[in-house]
Amino acid sequence: MGRKRIDRREFLKMEAAAMAATVGGMPAPVAAQNLVTDRSVTALKWSKAPCRFCGTGCGVMVATKDGRVVATHGDTKAEVNRGLNCVKGYFLSKIMYGEDRLTRPLLRKKNGKYDKSGEFSEVSWDEAFDVMAEQFKRALARRGPSGVGMFGSGQWTIWEGYAANKLFKAGFRSNNIDPNARHCMASAVMGFMRTFGMDEPMGCYDDFEAADAFVLWGSNMAEMHPILWTRLTDRRLSAPHVRVAVLSTFEHRSFDLADISIVFTPQSDLALLNAIANHIITTNRVNKDFVNKHTLFKRGQTNIGYGLRPEHELEKRATGRAKAGDATDITFEDYAKFVSEYTFENASRISGVPVNQIRELAELYADPKTKVMSLWTMGFNQHTRGVWCNNLIYNIHLLTGKIAEPGNSPFSLTGQPSACGTAREVGTFSHRLPADMLVANKSHRDKAEHIWKLPEGTISPQPGYHAVLQNRMLRDGKLNAYWVQVNNNIQAGANTNEEGYPGYRNPENFIVVSEAYPTVTAQAADLVLPTAMWVEKEGSYGNAERRTHFWHQLVNAPGEARSDLWQVMEFSKRFKIEEVWPADLIAKKPEYKGKTLFDVLYRNGQVDKFPVSEMAPDFDNQESKAFGFYVQKGLFEEYAEFGRGHGHDLAPFDTYHEVRGLRWPVVNGKETLWRYREGLDPYVRAGKGVDFYGFPDGKARIFALPYEAAAESPDATYPYWLVTGRVLEHWHSGSMTRRVPELYRAFPEAVCFIHPDDAAKLGMRRGDAVKVESRRGHIISRLETRGRDRMPRGVVFVPWFDESQLINKVTLDATDPISLQTDFKKCAVRLGRA
Amino acid sequence: MTSKLRLTIAAALMAAFSTVALAQSFSALRGSTPLNEETTPPPLTPEMNTSVREPRSYPEQPPVIPHSIEGYEVSRRANKCLSCHARTRIQESQAPMISVTHFFDRDGQTLASVSPRRYFCTECHVPQHNVRPPVENDFVDIDTLLKVKGPDSGARR
Repeated sequence: MGRKRIDRREFLKMEAAAMAATVGGMPAPVAAQNLVTDRSVTALKWSKAPCRFCGTGCGVMVATKDGRVVATHGDTKAEVNRGLNCVKGYFLSKIMYGEDRLTRPLLRKKNGKYDKSGEFSEVSWDEAFDVMAEQFKRALARRGPSGVGMFGSGQWTIWEGYAANKLFKAGFRSNNIDPNARHCMASAVMGFMRTFGMDEPMGCYDDFEAADAFVLWGSNMAEMHPILWTRLTDRRLSAPHVRVAVLSTFEHRSFDLADISIVFTPQSDLALLNAIANHIITTNRVNKDFVNKHTLFKRGQTNIGYGLRPEHELEKRATGRAKAGDATDITFEDYAKFVSEYTFENASRISGVPVNQIRELAELYADPKTKVMSLWTMGFNQHTRGVWCNNLIYNIHLLTGKIAEPGNSPFSLTGQPSACGTAREVGTFSHRLPADMLVANKSHRDKAEHIWKLPEGTISPQPGYHAVLQNRMLRDGKLNAYWVQVNNNIQAGANTNEEGYPGYRNPENFIVVSEAYPTVTAQAADLVLPTAMWVEKEGSYGNAERRTHFWHQLVNAPGEARSDLWQVMEFSKRFKIEEVWPADLIAKKPEYKGKTLFDVLYRNGQVDKFPVSEMAPDFDNQESKAFGFYVQKGLFEEYAEFGRGHGHDLAPFDTYHEVRGLRWPVVNGKETLWRYREGLDPYVRAGKGVDFYGFPDGKARIFALPYEAAAESPDATYPYWLVTGRVLEHWHSGSMTRRVPELYRAFPEAVCFIHPDDAAKLGMRRGDAVKVESRRGHIISRLETRGRDRMPRGVVFVPWFDESQLINKVTLDATDPISLQTDFKKCAVRLGRA
Repeated sequence: MTSKLRLTIAAALMAAFSTVALAQSFSALRGSTPLNEETTPPPLTPEMNTSVREPRSYPEQPPVIPHSIEGYEVSRRANKCLSCHARTRIQESQAPMISVTHFFDRDGQTLASVSPRRYFCTECHVPQHNVRPPVENDFVDIDTLLKVKGPDSGARR
């Protein structure tokens, strides 16, 4: 199989020959007309798909001709973006056509055999899976389920994440599966769970057209969520009363629209949030009726540490480390007293923000007539107190009752196209099961085992290794067979110098990476599996506003590249149930004796329920062809059973191929735009008005949580804060966007943004090579004193898209102890001439 | 813990630990530098600065900006791009006029002026630096595809 590969240069040669023929006076056939008008020739096949990049979830229309994507544009029928795309989205047509696509499995070999110190050689899928299965079996035999693990993605399609989750949690009985969404969304998830008992936003993008004020807390939407930024800009400039406040640790493009521009000292957002709450209370603007009916007050555990290795000095001093997520009941008066120390003056002292600016910001929230939408992404989530930040912003919206109605909306944005749909809803985190359920909860495990037709006790109650712990366990030689799909963690994971890279290259371990391109993570692997991407497979994503959307396979992948879904399912055939489950477990389901994991997990009468004849006739579907049933439909329908009737209702599979996505819960064919509000959400109990039904008592939690310092702050030796992040033109590690020439040329290499006075102090100038060094490692970059980011003194920003400047060699793998998400925004570095 | 002590511990840990080092990188985007080493990046390059328009890969592609936009202000207060590309300015500037799509609001209705949703030009239009991308792209545009096939071979296979 494989698409007919058309070589671009070959094309150009042929074209040149055709031109020469014309010039030479040869009668060119109809081609002499310089416009082709024959409709049978010019007709393009247009199909819908979501964008491959961020969590906004724009709809695009994709044109194919002769098995190739030839154009893409914004889908005018897609509610999210109504015909617009950002510059990355407009170049989607090219992301699959980088000349170095991987088309055959690559295995490190010496003398014809697998050898960790060998060079990559092309092998067949059979040989690849043989070696891989042998290595997984070796790890299982040596350590049991804890010896194997997987690092997946918020870019997995829903069924890919679901199939992988099943393979690990049910098949291998290992919860060592985690998505890269741990780096990006985990704090948002735990914030939701702690405050509301249920994940994901109550509002939706329709809030953009209804709000009177927008507050960006550590989110550079102008670059990271461009299409949502166009909706926000549209609202601000169309309705002159609207105000925009932008908060960050440096000035970026979103400040271009700001009415209130606030640059604060890293980590001090905690103090600002509490100061706003205090202002609401002291000026008597608490919505007492709302607070009395719909909220409870809690005091959270403090001094919870920084998620570093337990032997680290900071962890030894963290008295609240073991019970980081705990909280005790308090009264409103206790809470008011707690926040009373966060006066504007005190917050100003901690944050460096002038009092009048804090007041102006606080008034947006306090004024009952102003509808406020708060937006945040990595500034809050990648924070050693990220869960607290999420809790504290909800406090403000709850105190004022500005929540769960059009325009009043605390809104957590997501960075990946299916961080919500796959990582969160499918529950591919090491502690989760689908539909917000937990592996640690017996009734949740029972339910999953029932739906999956597994014997009781199959799923382990122990949360598995999370993202950062996976790297540490690889390095310590305790996680010995490891599979990475749809992410680039050698580039993306923090402290790659001390943990990630030595972990992957540890001789004890076998590392498999499924990839479309030779990323640095693929290069650090022992086996690389060539992978189909985006519209080379039938897919499904869930965006930040609870919108589930589907697409069909539109073209074939090159060479022998196969989807992640095919890889997971095909690999499962290599394991007999006796090789992965103990005898006493099999004895509870004797009919599984002698079967493979493929039979037990996917040929279970549910996943294989729908015949290939139900597939849309106009589209290909490699996985279903390979396995002989409509794989995606079977997986989706089995998965949907977890959420239907429990507030996570999904529509029938076929519906999603017809519509531009639907926001769950979808009840009686209707999507839900605002949750928890009577009349808008069918799950709200009659007469309640507002019902936070994630908790049985229907109440949201308001948390007393203090300001605590960052894990690592600048000092005499390492005097600068380092902030990392993205740029508009490149998505994440740049493995797709840097292969698009126009995007490459728009922002070719990473630079180190710095204040001109800091550069002068170093005796250096714009463009000089600079060594950016922390206690963990260094990179060499180029100083940039101009351009889109304006740094305050003492803070530098280095984007992480550039694989020739691996800035995560420098960052610190400190995490939020509750969410276990890394803080990529704060560590201390020194700078010098390289 | 002092940073010196921490470094000592880190060094001890590293020494106790063996890794299988890799030969050089095989990605053109990283170049030949092994993953556990670092190299000096090339010097900064200027933005291209011409008035020559680049071809578009397909009709819907937003044209890239062929000239430098360094120091341009596009903010709530002012939009420097429109001082040449606005409908009323192109006679003077001889710059291309912004597309008619830019007058449509979210519902597809034409406004009297540029739609605010299109206000920040660089969300879609980006300048280009004078560099050669290390990885080529094999995308084939539709005209090339049709031309090579020729009109007679246009029937679907």
